[in-house]
Amino acid sequence: MISLEHVSRSFAIGDQQVYALRDINLEIAAGDYLSVMGPSGSGKSTLLNLIGLLDRPSSGTYRLDGRDVTALNDEEQAGVRSGKIGFVFQSFNLVPRLTAAKNIELPLMLAGISADLRKARVEVLLKDYGLLDRADHRPDQLSGGQRQRVAIARATSMHPAILLADEPTGNLDQSTGREVIDLLEKLTEQHVALVLVTHDPAIGGRARRQLHMLDGRITD
Amino acid sequence: MRPYDIASFASDSLQSSRARTLLMMLAMSIGVGAVVVLTALGEGARLYVVNQFSSLGSNLVLVFPGRTETAGISPGMLLGQIPRELTMEDAKALLKSRAVSRIAPMTIGSSEISYGPLNREVVVLGSTSDLLEVRHMELALGRFLPSTHEGEPVCVLGAKIRHELFGNASAIGKWVRLGDRRFRVIGVMGSQGESMGFNTDELVIVPVSAAHMLFNNSGLLRILVEAKSRDAIPRAKQDAESILLARHGERDVTVITQDAVLATFDRILRALTLAVGGIAAISLSVAGVLIMNVMLIAVSQRVREIGLLKALGAPASGIRTLFFTEAALLSFAGSMAGLIFGELGVFAIAKAYPSLPVTAPWWAVLAAVGTALATGILFSVWPARRAALLDPVAALSGK
Ligand SMILES: Nc1ncnc2c1ncn2[C@@H]1O[C@H](COP(=O)(O)OP(=O)(O)O)[C@@H](O)[C@H]1O
Ligand SMILES: [Mg+2]
Repeated sequence: MISLEHVSRSFAIGDQQVYALRDINLEIAAGDYLSVMGPSGSGKSTLLNLIGLLDRPSSGTYRLDGRDVTALNDEEQAGVRSGKIGFVFQSFNLVPRLTAAKNIELPLMLAGISADLRKARVEVLLKDYGLLDRADHRPDQLSGGQRQRVAIARATSMHPAILLADEPTGNLDQSTGREVIDLLEKLTEQHVALVLVTHDPAIGGRARRQLHMLDGRITD
Repeated sequence: MRPYDIASFASDSLQSSRARTLLMMLAMSIGVGAVVVLTALGEGARLYVVNQFSSLGSNLVLVFPGRTETAGISPGMLLGQIPRELTMEDAKALLKSRAVSRIAPMTIGSSEISYGPLNREVVVLGSTSDLLEVRHMELALGRFLPSTHEGEPVCVLGAKIRHELFGNASAIGKWVRLGDRRFRVIGVMGSQGESMGFNTDELVIVPVSAAHMLFNNSGLLRILVEAKSRDAIPRAKQDAESILLARHGERDVTVITQDAVLATFDRILRALTLAVGGIAAISLSVAGVLIMNVMLIAVSQRVREIGLLKALGAPASGIRTLFFTEAALLSFAGSMAGLIFGELGVFAIAKAYPSLPVTAPWWAVLAAVGTALATGILFSVWPARRAALLDPVAALSGK
């Protein structure tokens, strides 16, 4: 489904080139469960952003379902993000003025799905993630675990083929983090590919495929 | 995104930053309100003048002695002559034109009026019976000047003069003294107030011949000529000129139509309204600059949200549309509030000055709202563009 060939990403800082990613080769199939581990600054987030089409490689090719997606324009890339990719962030990134239900509905609204259909899907997601009694609460009225559940529900609302989670447990205590990982793992059973960035070996160790990064390279 | 969703998302975000929204709406509404009030005032002044003119009489052609069109210098004047007078005979001759229905000569002087021990200074107007109709004046009591027996010593008093001399007693049939002559009061004018510099309330009207004797002169200040219809006005003007040319042997009178005077006033006041409205519209662009600043702040405060929307599948154009919609909604709400302010202001002015017909012209209302919307949207181009071009990775981390 996803294939990265000789992908590099460098940033120009002054007149110096800083490489965040060097010659990455990676295949991800539908339903894969991948963890990405490595020290801070090793390029984990950069890799995730690239896969999520939030960033473009400096060189190399990125194919998604056989199509070279780096050549797409902004509108087309947005379409791919909307239809195929879900993001879960360390800091949840919920819109503070919107209720839990409205936050979950956001990707559906951006995709132009009808209000009736949206309502039905949000209802199911609220139920699945145990948020029915929190539907009308704003993020500041929710606990950390509830916020991340809202974020996961939002990330899955468009039924993405791939879920990208960048240290999703980073801001949660251990037991809440566990629950969140359980929820994400459950999604891989439904054929969603999961790329999970973490620096916790206990969490990363659960993945079927484990990637270690150092200095912009995949070391194994 | 669906239009309804765009609008409700934008309005949600406006409502979540209430102080900012209200501030921008205030700036917008002051601009729009100013346009509405100022153009209403200008238009009110214009209508006031137009009304005053039409209350003077309709289809009027005015004849003055002397040629003022050529900058006041005629060959006769160079030779030290004063322009030839207009006489009653000239006035009567104008009735020969088939385009003319009535005429009213006017001659004016000031004199002392007295009744018993009471006396005061008054303006005395000498005219004929047709003046009442030609100048659309109204009589409160008695009769106006007779159309026959023009030499009779009779007079018609202005409402205020009557009150000052007679109080609550009846004036009709009493004799008053004007200068060294006695006149019998035959009528009293209705109270009309000021009308283009003539306050009929403080006037005494006598037959032309009586006025001439009183002031020991023979000329006319002007002749009011009423054309038979609106279409007959140019014809009446031409006839008046040729009749007087034939009588005087030279072009030594000035003939103007009331329409021409009115049109000039109309033009000047309309231009004034436009200018004043335009200045007020400039204040709208100040509101525009404010909107731009506040929108830029909004963009920098909402960087994370913008990054998130991009990650969730919003294209740059979608982000731009969202910010545009916010600005458009804001300008719309602001200009509606401004319309309400403006109309309230107009209402208050109309209450305070009932004689002024103040209403904001529809084109000014349209232009004010249009300008408000246009500046609001125009000045949000840059902020919206900035939001749309944000790098999603940097935006998501709040940088
Ligand atoms: N926008 C940027 N400009 C310059 N350097 C960057 C930028 N983004 C990331 N980097 C650099 O790239 C490297 C990898 O960063 P990142 O992918 O965030 O690491 P990780 O997520 O593994 O901690 C770091 O050295 C970081 O400083
Ligand atoms: Mg990182």
